[in-house]
Amino acid sequence: MSQATQTSTRRDVLGTSALRPDGVAKVTGQFEFSSDLHAEHMLWGATLRSPHPYARIVNIDLSAAYKISGVEAIITAEDVPGKKTYGLISSDQPVFADQVVRYMGEPIAAVAADHPETCRRALAAIKVDYEILQPVTDAEVALLPNTMPMHPDGNLIRHQRIIAGDQNLQGEVIVEGVYEIGMQDQAFLGLEAALALPDPGGAGVEMWVATQWLHEDRKQIAACLGLPETKVRLTLGGVGGAFGAREDISLQVHCALLALRTSRPIKMQYGREESFFGHVHRHPAKIYIRHHATRTGVLQRIEAKMYFDGGAYASTSSAVLINGVTHIQGPYKCANATVDGYAVRTNNPPCGAMRGFGVVQACYAHESQMDKLAAACNLSPVEIRLINAMQTGDKLITGQVVESVAPVARCIRETDAIAMPAPLAKNADPLELVGGTGLTSLPENIVRGVGWGVSIKNLMYSESFDDFAVARCRLSDGVATLKYATVEVGQGFVVLAPQIARTILGVDEVVLDTVDTGIGSAGSTSASRQTWMSGGAVDGACRLVRQKLFEHVGAKFDIDPMRLVVEDTDIVDMIGDFRISVVEASTGVVIDETFEHHHRPTEELDADGQGNCHVAFAFVAHRAVVDVDVELGLVKVIQIATAQDVGRVLNPVAALGQIEGGIAQGLGLAIMEEIVLDNGKMRNPSFTDYLLPTALDAPKVVAVMIEEPEPQAPLGAKGIGEPPCISVTPAIAAAIRNATGKELPRVPIRPQDICL
Amino acid sequence: MSVVVPRTLTDALSAMAANPSALLLQGGTDLMVEINFNHRKPVDVIALRRVAELRAVKIDGKTISIGAGLPYQEMETGQIAQLVPALGQAARTVGSPQIRAAGSLGGNLGTCSPAGDGLPVLSALDAMINLRSASASRAVSIHEFMVGVKRNAKMPDEIIVSATMPIVRGWQGYAKVGVRNAMVISVASCCLVVDRAAGTVAVALGAVGPTVIRCRQAEQWLATKVDLKQTATIDAKLAAEFGQRVATEARPIDDHRSTADYRRHAVAKLSGRLLQRSGAQ
Ligand SMILES: Cc1cc2nc3c(=O)[nH]c(=O)nc-3n(C[C@H](O)[C@H](O)[C@H](O)COP(=O)(O)OP(=O)(O)OC[C@H]3O[C@@H](n4cnc5c(N)ncnc54)[C@H](O)[C@@H]3O)c2cc1C
Repeated sequence: MSQATQTSTRRDVLGTSALRPDGVAKVTGQFEFSSDLHAEHMLWGATLRSPHPYARIVNIDLSAAYKISGVEAIITAEDVPGKKTYGLISSDQPVFADQVVRYMGEPIAAVAADHPETCRRALAAIKVDYEILQPVTDAEVALLPNTMPMHPDGNLIRHQRIIAGDQNLQGEVIVEGVYEIGMQDQAFLGLEAALALPDPGGAGVEMWVATQWLHEDRKQIAACLGLPETKVRLTLGGVGGAFGAREDISLQVHCALLALRTSRPIKMQYGREESFFGHVHRHPAKIYIRHHATRTGVLQRIEAKMYFDGGAYASTSSAVLINGVTHIQGPYKCANATVDGYAVRTNNPPCGAMRGFGVVQACYAHESQMDKLAAACNLSPVEIRLINAMQTGDKLITGQVVESVAPVARCIRETDAIAMPAPLAKNADPLELVGGTGLTSLPENIVRGVGWGVSIKNLMYSESFDDFAVARCRLSDGVATLKYATVEVGQGFVVLAPQIARTILGVDEVVLDTVDTGIGSAGSTSASRQTWMSGGAVDGACRLVRQKLFEHVGAKFDIDPMRLVVEDTDIVDMIGDFRISVVEASTGVVIDETFEHHHRPTEELDADGQGNCHVAFAFVAHRAVVDVDVELGLVKVIQIATAQDVGRVLNPVAALGQIEGGIAQGLGLAIMEEIVLDNGKMRNPSFTDYLLPTALDAPKVVAVMIEEPEPQAPLGAKGIGEPPCISVTPAIAAAIRNATGKELPRVPIRPQDICL
Repeated sequence: MSVVVPRTLTDALSAMAANPSALLLQGGTDLMVEINFNHRKPVDVIALRRVAELRAVKIDGKTISIGAGLPYQEMETGQIAQLVPALGQAARTVGSPQIRAAGSLGGNLGTCSPAGDGLPVLSALDAMINLRSASASRAVSIHEFMVGVKRNAKMPDEIIVSATMPIVRGWQGYAKVGVRNAMVISVASCCLVVDRAAGTVAVALGAVGPTVIRCRQAEQWLATKVDLKQTATIDAKLAAEFGQRVATEARPIDDHRSTADYRRHAVAKLSGRLLQRSGAQ
């Protein structure tokens, strides 16, 4: 179970490539993921799921399953003591399907038994009679007036339009397209797992869980259990990646319910196949879009209709939609817009948060359009983007003024300045060629292409949501102890937080306390927000402690605390020659401070999509160089050049890790990663058939980090997690178009899309 | 559940005779996946890892026999890759280093998936599969061994001991299309072997039918068009026509990995390219 983590004691301050305290353990297999959790006398929990995308449950017969020895409990919808549904924004998703299943994989029952194999047998013995219904699997069809609503809340989750400026303007140049994005999976490697320990008498429950947001989980779990939040205590279990898929509840409520029902510890964990059914995915989207511009390529108006397929339950669809419609202009000035966006309910698997959150879909469409516009105006991809690049002070189509640092043109220019890779050598190592180990292609079969993508991404939550973060710092005897509920999913807060404390306090030794609900919320580890939000909270708490320490030293040595500063590991008098080490100054004292960081407030969009709905923005440019075997439709991405607006680099290695990882994920969406659906049924829920890029697919990444500190951000640093995966997808698609001359309006681009 | 770990082939065969329903485990890279997916329940297992005889490689000048338990990594380079280059190339395309350290031809034949990468090579080389039971031994042609999708002619009490194939003078190659550059199940694959002594060509296709497909008609057609006893540059037009003919012998299907049309197209291109490569050397 989680414990306090001792971090490295080197002078790992901000700006250095301090190493992660959990890095070696993860690489050598020592790290304890939540799937490694264990308790004495625990039982195993498992979930029965619907094989049908849409059906009425006629009857559930548990009698045969109960007869299996070792089965301790079986629960269904009627055993949920509190609220029967949960959800991040609207509570529309049943804990267990109640009379109707709306997607393949929807939970129907959960069992607790002495062994996973007993669980498996019990699940097989539960008899469910279904009346199969015809699933609705197309978002546009789901909205037709004669389509029956599949949920009491209806098939429309949210509609949002944006009406900006002149609604009748016609450009001298008009380009249009219809773009589609397939369903991507977050595919984190550490699968869903949790351990629940019931309090005596069922008064409460303690849980260890791999999640993105402990406090939001607690809120939803407590409501379903019918317990006050204080009776549900959550500690973070080791998380192996998240990418949005752990924002929603998966097995948490089931696990807690079984623990309370059996009065025994319950362990639940998903395998890879179940994981595909157990979490939300990236929204597939269809975008109809038209750009109006002058003959010289100046963007004047955008018209768009955007459909996001939310699947059976709402999850964060309404927020994803808002991100989609408000980012459809891209990082370009544009005064006039007519946009209609729909988040729609279908019988496909539920979709919600995934890295890039609605902007990925918008970006694929607007960047594909910018290339069409460039071609129509006889400009290069770089020229069209520079002509239209937005700047700080520009007004978005929502009426919001971009106050963030906005070095869009600089991102493009610095990316353009990165050297191109060497041309393909005639005697290249076959493993370096398209097709890799398959030996499909020789240099003469290969055409090289180049493409561009540039993006704008909002940071933090939007539309009046106050996603604050709390942190506490305790200093004593030269050791700083940090306490927060900030979830580490791999992004690196475990290394950043001590870096902040060392920098502010001049300490060497930093202890990270257990991450749990024993302190206020840190908000979700998502929306590129934790460096800004929890970083701001740790920074604030450390500054409060430092102030107290200065006061303590001032009083003791009779110096005005205002004259004291931290210099390396000492406290020094700016004017005199007094100097004392932080260790000595803090010996025998205990200073304990808590700080709550809020970003500036935002507003909801009005009916015309107007309002200051976002906190801040980050920008990035990507240039992709790809090799394509045009005859076979095979692709290898050779190089991604990128310049990213990061505000300030706090840890160069960690920043590069985010950039390289995001690029691999965006590459996946461009050419291979897709959940294949057939009438609502998932066809490839395994890593055999859901393909992720391997080392031989990952491109060489040449990254430039543009440091223009963001005045709004507590550390000057912008969130950098999402931007790397957003515009790389359209950049790769554009490069493939460049090599093949095909329109390729859909990602992932499959071999048959290129060569047939 | 029991696990027997014999050290000799004789012990393994008696264990099989005693319990013909036992599952044979070599590298486990297919079997363990099936067990994890709950497609099979392990009851009794005979683990072949310790049976050195199953890893033997025997060369007699004209033929080479490769033990059923030899891991792919031993075929990627060295003598096997030199004498049977197509097998070396096929071995290199299998999975990841970890899979190639464990997986074997015996397992590929045991599973008998039409996408198994070793099988088109064995087919193009007309390999003989050597089978033994406690009481008998027999050799079956690869063409009779592969019966259907994941079905083969092995009897329950038999162990696959090795595969024997000719050492061919000429050219041979293997090529496989997958949607990523490594670690991928074949969407379509092709093995082409030119026997300069006999003046013949053999083409076998993977993942485009219920079992591996030999393209006999295209092979015969080609033999009437070029003198395969000589090395000669193959012009693009001939290669393309050959590819078209190969493709008509494929029997691909649509599934979540690809489409029948693409698979047919891919084997046309792969076979045409392999033919051109054979002429370039
Ligand atoms: C991640 C991954 C990637 C893969 N990639 C590929 C790939 O690219 N190409 C490919 O072709 N395959 C691939 N495979 C499948 C697998 O590795 C191969 O089919 C391999 O050849 C199986 O060999 P094995 O020794 O591991 O077989 P096992 O799993 O041990 O056995 C497979 C079957 O054969 C039977 N068997 C094994 N040995 C004998 C014997 N001597 N006599 C009789 N029956 C026997 C077993 O009983 C079992 O039914 C992959 C598998 C994984 C897990």
